Amino acid sequence: MNDFLTSSGLQALSLQGFGPLLAQGTWMTIKLALLSLALSLLLGLIGASAKLSPLRLLRIPATLYTTLIRSVPDLVLILLIFYTLQLWLNDLTEVLGWDYFEIDPFAAGVVTLGFIYGAYFTENFRGAILSVPVGQLEAATAYGLSRAQRFRLVLFPQLMRFALPGLGNNWLVLLKSTALVSIIGLADLVKAAQNAGKTTNNTLYFLIIAGLVYLLITTFSNRLFKCLERRYNTGIRGLAQ
Amino acid sequence: MIELIQEYGPAFLYHDGAGLSGVAMTLWLFVLSIVLGFLISIPLAIARVSPHFWLRWPVEFYTYVFRGTPLYIQLLICYTGLYGLEMVRDSALLNQFFRNALNCTVLAFVLNTCAYTVEIFAGAIRNIPQGEIEAARAYGLYGWRLNLYVVIPAALRRSIPAYSNELILMLHATSLAFTATIADILKVARDANAATFMTFEAFGIAAILYMLLSFVLVGLFRLAERRWMSFLSPSRA
Repeated sequence: MNDFLTSSGLQALSLQGFGPLLAQGTWMTIKLALLSLALSLLLGLIGASAKLSPLRLLRIPATLYTTLIRSVPDLVLILLIFYTLQLWLNDLTEVLGWDYFEIDPFAAGVVTLGFIYGAYFTENFRGAILSVPVGQLEAATAYGLSRAQRFRLVLFPQLMRFALPGLGNNWLVLLKSTALVSIIGLADLVKAAQNAGKTTNNTLYFLIIAGLVYLLITTFSNRLFKCLERRYNTGIRGLAQ
Repeated sequence: MIELIQEYGPAFLYHDGAGLSGVAMTLWLFVLSIVLGFLISIPLAIARVSPHFWLRWPVEFYTYVFRGTPLYIQLLICYTGLYGLEMVRDSALLNQFFRNALNCTVLAFVLNTCAYTVEIFAGAIRNIPQGEIEAARAYGLYGWRLNLYVVIPAALRRSIPAYSNELILMLHATSLAFTATIADILKVARDANAATFMTFEAFGIAAILYMLLSFVLVGLFRLAERRWMSFLSPSRA
Protein backbone atom coordinates (compact mmCIF):
# COMPACT_ATOMS: atom_id res chain seq x y z
CA MET A 1 0.00 0.00 0.00
CA ASN A 2 2.74 2.43 1.04
CA ASP A 3 4.94 1.48 -1.89
CA PHE A 4 2.04 2.00 -4.20
CA LEU A 5 1.34 5.46 -2.78
CA THR A 6 5.00 6.45 -3.03
CA SER A 7 5.41 5.20 -6.59
CA SER A 8 2.21 6.87 -7.76
CA GLY A 9 3.31 10.25 -6.45
CA LEU A 10 0.65 10.35 -3.72
CA GLN A 11 3.21 10.44 -0.94
CA ALA A 12 1.24 13.04 1.00
CA LEU A 13 -1.60 10.51 1.35
CA SER A 14 0.61 7.98 3.09
CA LEU A 15 0.96 10.38 6.07
CA GLN A 16 4.50 9.37 7.07
CA GLY A 17 3.55 5.77 6.36
CA PHE A 18 0.56 5.77 8.69
CA GLY A 19 -2.09 6.54 6.08
CA PRO A 20 -3.33 2.95 5.79
CA LEU A 21 -3.49 2.58 9.60
CA LEU A 22 -5.56 5.76 9.88
CA ALA A 23 -7.77 4.61 7.01
CA GLN A 24 -8.42 1.34 8.84
CA GLY A 25 -9.24 3.29 12.00
CA THR A 26 -11.61 5.54 10.07
CA TRP A 27 -13.34 2.52 8.57
CA MET A 28 -13.68 1.02 12.07
CA THR A 29 -15.19 4.25 13.39
CA ILE A 30 -17.68 4.45 10.53
CA LYS A 31 -18.66 0.78 10.87
CA LEU A 32 -19.11 1.15 14.60
CA ALA A 33 -21.14 4.35 14.27
CA LEU A 34 -23.45 2.99 11.56
CA LEU A 35 -24.12 -0.34 13.28
CA SER A 36 -24.80 1.38 16.62
CA LEU A 37 -27.06 3.81 14.79
CA ALA A 38 -29.05 0.94 13.31
CA LEU A 39 -29.39 -0.74 16.70
CA SER A 40 -30.33 2.48 18.49
CA LEU A 41 -32.91 3.40 15.83
CA LEU A 42 -34.51 0.01 16.32
CA LEU A 43 -34.45 0.35 20.12
CA GLY A 44 -35.73 3.90 19.75
CA LEU A 45 -38.77 2.84 17.74
CA ILE A 46 -39.53 -0.02 20.14
CA GLY A 47 -38.98 2.23 23.16
CA ALA A 48 -41.18 4.98 21.77
CA SER A 49 -44.03 2.57 21.07
CA ALA A 50 -43.64 1.15 24.58
CA LYS A 51 -43.65 4.61 26.12
CA LEU A 52 -46.84 5.53 24.26
CA SER A 53 -48.52 2.20 24.95
CA PRO A 54 -51.66 2.16 27.09
CA LEU A 55 -50.19 -0.79 29.01
CA ARG A 56 -48.41 0.20 32.19
CA LEU A 57 -46.31 -2.92 32.04
CA LEU A 58 -44.65 -1.57 28.89
CA ARG A 59 -44.65 2.12 29.78
CA ILE A 60 -42.88 1.92 33.13
CA PRO A 61 -39.78 -0.03 31.98
CA ALA A 62 -39.46 2.22 28.93
CA THR A 63 -39.63 5.35 31.10
CA LEU A 64 -37.07 3.88 33.49
CA TYR A 65 -34.80 3.04 30.54
CA THR A 66 -34.81 6.54 29.08
CA THR A 67 -34.55 8.35 32.42
CA LEU A 68 -31.76 6.23 33.84
CA ILE A 69 -29.66 5.98 30.69
CA ARG A 70 -29.92 9.65 29.83
CA SER A 71 -28.90 10.81 33.29
CA VAL A 72 -25.61 8.88 33.36
CA PRO A 73 -22.61 9.86 31.18
CA ASP A 74 -22.10 7.59 28.18
CA LEU A 75 -18.48 6.95 29.15
CA VAL A 76 -19.52 5.63 32.58
CA LEU A 77 -22.10 3.36 30.95
CA ILE A 78 -19.58 2.13 28.39
CA LEU A 79 -17.12 1.13 31.12
CA LEU A 80 -19.87 -0.27 33.37
CA ILE A 81 -21.44 -2.42 30.67
CA PHE A 82 -18.20 -3.51 29.04
CA TYR A 83 -16.39 -4.63 32.21
CA THR A 84 -19.45 -6.03 33.95
CA LEU A 85 -20.58 -8.06 30.95
CA GLN A 86 -17.13 -9.63 30.80
CA LEU A 87 -17.21 -10.56 34.49
CA TRP A 88 -20.70 -12.01 34.26
CA LEU A 89 -19.69 -13.94 31.18
CA ASN A 90 -16.70 -15.35 33.06
CA ASP A 91 -18.99 -16.52 35.86
CA LEU A 92 -21.37 -18.03 33.34
CA THR A 93 -18.71 -19.91 31.42
CA GLU A 94 -17.28 -21.19 34.69
CA VAL A 95 -20.65 -22.48 35.87
CA LEU A 96 -21.40 -24.12 32.54
CA GLY A 97 -17.87 -25.48 32.22
CA TRP A 98 -17.17 -23.77 28.90
CA ASP A 99 -13.89 -22.29 27.82
CA TYR A 100 -13.09 -18.75 28.92
CA PHE A 101 -13.59 -16.27 26.13
CA GLU A 102 -13.20 -12.54 25.85
CA ILE A 103 -15.94 -10.27 24.56
CA ASP A 104 -15.05 -8.79 21.21
CA PRO A 105 -14.57 -5.04 21.86
CA PHE A 106 -16.25 -4.22 18.56
CA ALA A 107 -19.43 -6.14 19.35
CA ALA A 108 -19.40 -4.75 22.88
CA GLY A 109 -18.98 -1.23 21.51
CA VAL A 110 -21.88 -1.60 19.09
CA VAL A 111 -24.19 -3.08 21.73
CA THR A 112 -23.26 -0.51 24.38
CA LEU A 113 -23.51 2.56 22.14
CA GLY A 114 -26.71 1.21 20.55
CA PHE A 115 -28.22 0.61 23.96
CA ILE A 116 -27.27 4.08 25.27
CA TYR A 117 -28.37 6.05 22.22
CA GLY A 118 -31.54 3.94 21.94
CA ALA A 119 -32.72 5.93 24.98
CA TYR A 120 -32.08 9.26 23.25
CA PHE A 121 -33.78 8.07 20.06
CA THR A 122 -36.75 6.83 22.11
CA GLU A 123 -37.40 10.35 23.34
CA ASN A 124 -36.81 11.68 19.84
CA PHE A 125 -39.34 9.30 18.24
CA ARG A 126 -41.84 9.71 21.06
CA GLY A 127 -42.00 13.44 20.46
CA ALA A 128 -42.27 12.90 16.71
CA ILE A 129 -45.08 10.35 17.00
CA LEU A 130 -47.01 12.71 19.27
CA SER A 131 -46.62 15.48 16.66
CA VAL A 132 -48.43 13.47 13.97
CA PRO A 133 -52.09 14.55 14.01
CA VAL A 134 -54.31 11.79 15.46
CA GLY A 135 -56.79 12.33 12.62
CA GLN A 136 -54.24 10.92 10.18
CA LEU A 137 -54.12 7.62 12.05
CA GLU A 138 -57.88 7.53 12.46
CA ALA A 139 -58.30 8.14 8.73
CA ALA A 140 -55.86 5.31 8.00
CA THR A 141 -57.85 2.97 10.22
CA ALA A 142 -61.08 4.10 8.57
CA TYR A 143 -59.61 3.19 5.19
CA GLY A 144 -59.14 -0.33 6.47
CA LEU A 145 -55.32 -0.31 6.55
CA SER A 146 -53.73 -3.01 8.67
CA ARG A 147 -51.49 -1.99 11.61
CA ALA A 148 -48.35 -2.62 9.55
CA GLN A 149 -49.67 -0.66 6.59
CA ARG A 150 -50.73 2.17 8.85
CA PHE A 151 -47.22 2.42 10.26
CA ARG A 152 -45.44 2.12 6.91
CA LEU A 153 -47.68 4.32 4.76
CA VAL A 154 -49.08 6.93 7.13
CA LEU A 155 -47.29 7.20 10.47
CA PHE A 156 -43.63 6.70 9.45
CA PRO A 157 -43.39 9.24 6.58
CA GLN A 158 -44.96 11.93 8.75
CA LEU A 159 -43.07 10.98 11.89
CA MET A 160 -39.76 11.29 10.05
CA ARG A 161 -40.54 14.90 9.26
CA PHE A 162 -40.70 15.77 12.94
CA ALA A 163 -37.96 13.37 13.99
CA LEU A 164 -35.26 14.36 11.48
CA PRO A 165 -33.78 17.44 13.19
CA GLY A 166 -33.39 15.51 16.45
CA LEU A 167 -32.14 12.43 14.61
CA GLY A 168 -29.43 14.47 12.92
CA ASN A 169 -28.31 15.88 16.26
CA ASN A 170 -28.29 12.51 18.00
CA TRP A 171 -26.40 10.94 15.14
CA LEU A 172 -23.65 13.54 15.46
CA VAL A 173 -23.46 12.98 19.23
CA LEU A 174 -23.31 9.23 18.64
CA LEU A 175 -20.59 9.61 16.04
CA LYS A 176 -18.49 11.71 18.40
CA SER A 177 -19.04 9.22 21.25
CA THR A 178 -17.50 6.47 19.17
CA ALA A 179 -14.21 8.18 19.98
CA LEU A 180 -14.70 6.89 23.54
CA VAL A 181 -14.55 3.22 22.61
CA SER A 182 -10.81 3.52 22.05
CA ILE A 183 -10.72 3.64 25.86
CA ILE A 184 -12.02 0.05 26.02
CA GLY A 185 -9.36 -0.99 23.53
CA LEU A 186 -10.99 -0.80 20.12
CA ALA A 187 -8.68 0.11 17.22
CA ASP A 188 -10.73 3.07 15.99
CA LEU A 189 -9.58 6.33 14.47
CA VAL A 190 -8.51 7.87 17.79
CA LYS A 191 -6.51 4.78 18.74
CA ALA A 192 -4.84 4.74 15.30
CA ALA A 193 -3.93 8.41 15.64
CA GLN A 194 -2.54 7.86 19.14
CA ASN A 195 -0.47 4.88 18.02
CA ALA A 196 0.87 6.72 15.00
CA GLY A 197 1.64 9.70 17.22
CA LYS A 198 3.49 7.62 19.79
CA THR A 199 5.62 5.91 17.14
CA THR A 200 6.61 9.08 15.31
CA ASN A 201 6.70 11.30 18.40
CA ASN A 202 4.38 13.69 16.60
CA THR A 203 1.08 13.25 18.42
CA LEU A 204 -0.32 16.66 17.60
CA TYR A 205 -0.07 16.11 13.84
CA PHE A 206 -1.96 12.81 13.90
CA LEU A 207 -4.58 14.01 16.36
CA ILE A 208 -5.30 16.96 14.07
CA ILE A 209 -5.60 14.59 11.10
CA ALA A 210 -8.07 12.47 13.10
CA GLY A 211 -10.00 15.63 14.03
CA LEU A 212 -10.18 16.59 10.36
CA VAL A 213 -11.56 13.16 9.46
CA TYR A 214 -14.32 13.57 12.08
CA LEU A 215 -14.99 17.05 10.74
CA LEU A 216 -15.31 15.63 7.24
CA ILE A 217 -17.80 12.99 8.39
CA THR A 218 -19.91 15.48 10.36
CA THR A 219 -19.95 17.94 7.46
CA PHE A 220 -21.03 15.18 5.09
CA SER A 221 -23.74 14.03 7.53
CA ASN A 222 -25.07 17.56 7.83
CA ARG A 223 -25.41 17.76 4.05
CA LEU A 224 -27.14 14.40 3.95
CA PHE A 225 -29.61 15.39 6.65
CA LYS A 226 -30.39 18.63 4.81
CA CYS A 227 -31.32 16.53 1.75
CA LEU A 228 -33.38 14.11 3.82
CA GLU A 229 -35.23 16.97 5.50
CA ARG A 230 -36.06 18.41 2.13
CA ARG A 231 -37.25 14.99 0.96
CA TYR A 232 -39.54 14.41 3.97
CA ASN A 233 -40.83 17.99 3.90
CA THR A 234 -42.11 17.85 0.32
CA GLY A 235 -45.71 18.90 0.37
CA ILE A 236 -45.30 21.14 3.42
CA ARG A 237 -45.59 24.77 2.49
CA GLY A 238 -42.75 27.07 3.44
CA LEU A 239 -40.25 24.41 4.55
CA ALA A 240 -39.47 22.58 1.34
CA GLN A 241 -37.64 24.71 -1.16
CA MET B 1 -20.37 -3.48 48.90
CA ILE B 2 -20.26 -2.08 52.44
CA GLU B 3 -16.47 -2.37 52.58
CA LEU B 4 -16.23 -0.68 49.21
CA ILE B 5 -18.25 2.28 50.46
CA GLN B 6 -16.31 2.38 53.74
CA GLU B 7 -12.99 2.37 51.99
CA TYR B 8 -13.75 4.52 48.96
CA GLY B 9 -16.69 6.61 50.24
CA PRO B 10 -14.63 9.72 51.07
CA ALA B 11 -12.70 9.39 47.79
CA PHE B 12 -15.94 9.13 45.86
CA LEU B 13 -17.28 12.24 47.56
CA TYR B 14 -14.53 14.74 48.26
CA HIS B 15 -11.00 13.68 49.18
CA ASP B 16 -8.72 10.79 48.23
CA GLY B 17 -5.83 11.63 50.53
CA ALA B 18 -3.89 13.51 47.86
CA GLY B 19 -6.37 16.25 47.06
CA LEU B 20 -9.87 16.93 45.79
CA SER B 21 -11.51 13.90 44.25
CA GLY B 22 -14.79 12.33 43.25
CA VAL B 23 -17.91 14.48 43.31
CA ALA B 24 -16.02 17.54 44.55
CA MET B 25 -13.51 17.28 41.69
CA THR B 26 -16.21 16.67 39.09
CA LEU B 27 -18.18 19.68 40.33
CA TRP B 28 -15.08 21.88 40.43
CA LEU B 29 -14.19 20.94 36.84
CA PHE B 30 -17.79 21.43 35.77
CA VAL B 31 -18.25 24.82 37.42
CA LEU B 32 -14.89 26.15 36.25
CA SER B 33 -15.56 25.05 32.65
CA ILE B 34 -19.08 26.38 32.39
CA VAL B 35 -18.39 29.70 34.10
CA LEU B 36 -15.40 30.44 31.85
CA GLY B 37 -17.25 29.10 28.80
CA PHE B 38 -20.26 31.25 29.61
CA LEU B 39 -18.24 34.44 30.04
CA ILE B 40 -16.35 33.95 26.78
CA SER B 41 -19.41 32.88 24.82
CA ILE B 42 -21.38 36.11 25.28
CA PRO B 43 -19.09 38.44 23.31
CA LEU B 44 -18.53 35.65 20.77
CA ALA B 45 -22.28 35.17 20.33
CA ILE B 46 -22.66 38.88 19.61
CA ALA B 47 -19.83 38.64 17.10
CA ARG B 48 -21.47 35.54 15.61
CA VAL B 49 -24.60 37.49 14.63
CA SER B 50 -22.68 40.61 13.59
CA PRO B 51 -23.27 41.91 10.05
CA HIS B 52 -19.49 42.35 9.64
CA PHE B 53 -17.96 39.42 7.83
CA TRP B 54 -14.62 39.60 9.64
CA LEU B 55 -16.28 39.51 13.04
CA ARG B 56 -18.73 36.76 12.17
CA TRP B 57 -16.58 34.42 10.14
CA PRO B 58 -13.82 33.52 12.67
CA VAL B 59 -16.42 32.70 15.33
CA GLU B 60 -18.37 30.62 12.85
CA PHE B 61 -15.24 28.73 11.94
CA TYR B 62 -14.37 28.16 15.61
CA THR B 63 -17.80 26.73 16.48
CA TYR B 64 -17.80 24.62 13.31
CA VAL B 65 -14.49 23.00 14.20
CA PHE B 66 -15.18 22.46 17.89
CA ARG B 67 -18.71 21.16 17.38
CA GLY B 68 -17.62 18.89 14.53
CA THR B 69 -14.89 17.00 16.38
CA PRO B 70 -15.13 14.78 19.47
CA LEU B 71 -14.28 16.33 22.83
CA TYR B 72 -11.94 13.39 23.46
CA ILE B 73 -9.75 14.45 20.52
CA GLN B 74 -9.76 18.05 21.76
CA LEU B 75 -8.73 16.86 25.21
CA LEU B 76 -5.97 14.68 23.78
CA ILE B 77 -4.69 17.60 21.72
CA CYS B 78 -4.59 19.87 24.78
CA TYR B 79 -3.18 17.23 27.10
CA THR B 80 -0.66 15.31 24.99
CA GLY B 81 -0.53 17.01 21.60
CA LEU B 82 0.43 20.58 22.43
CA TYR B 83 3.06 19.60 24.96
CA GLY B 84 4.88 17.81 22.15
CA LEU B 85 5.60 21.15 20.49
CA GLU B 86 9.03 22.56 21.22
CA MET B 87 7.59 26.05 21.20
CA VAL B 88 5.37 25.14 24.15
CA ARG B 89 8.12 23.43 26.12
CA ASP B 90 10.56 26.28 25.56
CA SER B 91 8.26 29.03 26.74
CA ALA B 92 8.32 29.13 30.55
CA LEU B 93 4.71 30.24 30.89
CA LEU B 94 3.22 27.77 28.41
CA ASN B 95 5.38 24.99 29.78
CA GLN B 96 4.07 25.56 33.27
CA PHE B 97 0.48 25.81 32.05
CA PHE B 98 0.47 22.64 29.96
CA ARG B 99 2.37 20.56 32.50
CA ASN B 100 -0.66 20.70 34.79
CA ALA B 101 -3.28 18.11 33.78
CA LEU B 102 -6.10 20.14 35.32
CA ASN B 103 -5.21 23.20 33.22
CA CYS B 104 -5.22 21.18 30.00
CA THR B 105 -8.53 19.52 30.85
CA VAL B 106 -10.23 22.76 31.76
CA LEU B 107 -8.86 24.40 28.61
CA ALA B 108 -10.33 21.64 26.42
CA PHE B 109 -13.67 21.70 28.26
CA VAL B 110 -13.95 25.49 28.10
CA LEU B 111 -13.19 25.59 24.37
CA ASN B 112 -15.73 22.84 23.75
CA THR B 113 -18.64 24.09 25.86
CA CYS B 114 -18.04 27.66 24.70
CA ALA B 115 -18.51 26.60 21.05
CA TYR B 116 -21.89 25.01 21.77
CA THR B 117 -22.96 27.88 24.03
CA VAL B 118 -22.10 30.48 21.38
CA GLU B 119 -24.44 28.77 18.92
CA ILE B 120 -27.23 28.56 21.51
CA PHE B 121 -26.95 32.24 22.46
CA ALA B 122 -26.53 33.35 18.84
CA GLY B 123 -29.69 31.43 17.92
CA ALA B 124 -31.56 33.11 20.77
CA ILE B 125 -30.30 36.56 19.73
CA ARG B 126 -31.55 35.96 16.19
CA ASN B 127 -34.96 34.94 17.53
CA ILE B 128 -35.56 38.01 19.69
CA PRO B 129 -38.75 39.64 18.39
CA GLN B 130 -37.76 42.61 16.26
CA GLY B 131 -40.22 44.77 18.22
CA GLU B 132 -38.15 44.51 21.42
CA ILE B 133 -35.10 45.89 19.62
CA GLU B 134 -37.10 48.61 17.90
CA ALA B 135 -38.58 49.61 21.26
CA ALA B 136 -35.09 49.80 22.75
CA ARG B 137 -33.95 51.97 19.82
CA ALA B 138 -36.98 54.20 20.33
CA TYR B 139 -35.85 54.66 23.94
CA GLY B 140 -32.50 55.86 22.63
CA LEU B 141 -30.41 52.74 23.30
CA TYR B 142 -27.66 52.06 20.77
CA GLY B 143 -24.46 50.07 20.45
CA TRP B 144 -23.18 48.32 23.56
CA ARG B 145 -25.92 49.73 25.76
CA LEU B 146 -28.53 48.15 23.52
CA ASN B 147 -26.69 44.83 23.78
CA LEU B 148 -26.09 45.04 27.50
CA TYR B 149 -29.54 46.15 28.62
CA VAL B 150 -31.85 44.53 26.09
CA VAL B 151 -30.35 41.98 23.71
CA ILE B 152 -28.25 39.92 26.16
CA PRO B 153 -30.86 39.61 28.94
CA ALA B 154 -33.61 38.76 26.46
CA ALA B 155 -31.44 36.18 24.68
CA LEU B 156 -30.20 34.58 27.92
CA ARG B 157 -33.73 34.12 29.25
CA ARG B 158 -34.90 32.52 26.03
CA SER B 159 -31.95 30.15 25.84
CA ILE B 160 -32.42 28.62 29.29
CA PRO B 161 -33.95 25.31 28.01
CA ALA B 162 -31.29 24.74 25.35
CA TYR B 163 -28.53 25.88 27.72
CA SER B 164 -29.69 23.45 30.42
CA ASN B 165 -29.33 20.61 27.91
CA GLU B 166 -25.82 21.74 27.07
CA LEU B 167 -24.88 21.92 30.76
CA ILE B 168 -26.10 18.38 31.40
CA LEU B 169 -24.07 17.16 28.42
CA MET B 170 -21.10 19.08 29.82
CA LEU B 171 -21.54 17.51 33.27
CA HIS B 172 -21.49 14.12 31.57
CA ALA B 173 -18.51 15.11 29.46
CA THR B 174 -16.43 15.85 32.58
CA SER B 175 -16.18 12.06 33.03
CA LEU B 176 -13.56 12.18 30.26
CA ALA B 177 -11.21 13.94 32.68
CA PHE B 178 -9.97 10.64 34.08
CA THR B 179 -8.10 10.04 30.80
CA ALA B 180 -5.96 13.02 31.81
CA THR B 181 -5.40 11.49 35.28
CA ILE B 182 -7.77 13.91 37.02
CA ALA B 183 -9.30 12.26 40.11
CA ASP B 184 -12.95 12.77 39.21
CA ILE B 185 -15.79 10.36 40.05
CA LEU B 186 -14.97 7.96 37.24
CA LYS B 187 -11.26 7.86 38.12
CA VAL B 188 -12.11 6.90 41.70
CA ALA B 189 -14.45 4.21 40.36
CA ARG B 190 -11.68 2.82 38.16
CA ASP B 191 -9.20 2.83 41.03
CA ALA B 192 -11.74 1.12 43.28
CA ASN B 193 -12.40 -1.45 40.55
CA ALA B 194 -8.71 -2.11 40.03
CA ALA B 195 -8.12 -2.59 43.75
CA THR B 196 -11.22 -4.62 44.71
CA PHE B 197 -12.48 -6.20 41.45
CA MET B 198 -16.00 -5.19 42.48
CA THR B 199 -16.63 -3.91 38.97
CA PHE B 200 -20.37 -3.60 38.99
CA GLU B 201 -20.46 -1.96 42.42
CA ALA B 202 -17.62 0.50 41.70
CA PHE B 203 -18.97 1.74 38.37
CA GLY B 204 -22.54 1.48 39.67
CA ILE B 205 -21.75 3.92 42.48
CA ALA B 206 -20.21 6.29 39.92
CA ALA B 207 -23.31 6.01 37.74
CA ILE B 208 -25.61 6.77 40.68
CA LEU B 209 -23.53 9.78 41.70
CA TYR B 210 -23.65 11.21 38.16
CA MET B 211 -27.37 10.49 38.06
CA LEU B 212 -27.98 12.40 41.29
CA LEU B 213 -25.92 15.34 40.04
CA SER B 214 -27.92 15.36 36.79
CA PHE B 215 -31.21 15.35 38.67
CA VAL B 216 -30.08 18.23 40.87
CA LEU B 217 -29.05 20.19 37.79
CA VAL B 218 -32.39 19.52 36.07
CA GLY B 219 -34.20 20.64 39.25
CA LEU B 220 -32.18 23.85 39.43
CA PHE B 221 -33.03 24.64 35.83
CA ARG B 222 -36.74 24.05 36.51
CA LEU B 223 -36.48 26.74 39.19
CA ALA B 224 -34.53 29.02 36.84
CA GLU B 225 -37.16 28.65 34.15
CA ARG B 226 -39.91 29.50 36.58
CA ARG B 227 -37.97 32.53 37.77
CA TRP B 228 -36.74 33.97 34.47
CA MET B 229 -39.03 32.61 31.79
CA SER B 230 -42.42 33.09 33.40
CA PHE B 231 -43.06 36.06 31.12
CA LEU B 232 -43.13 33.67 28.17
CA SER B 233 -45.55 31.12 29.63
CA PRO B 234 -49.32 31.39 29.16
CA SER B 235 -50.98 33.40 31.93
CA ARG B 236 -52.64 31.39 34.67
CA ALA B 237 -55.49 33.83 35.27
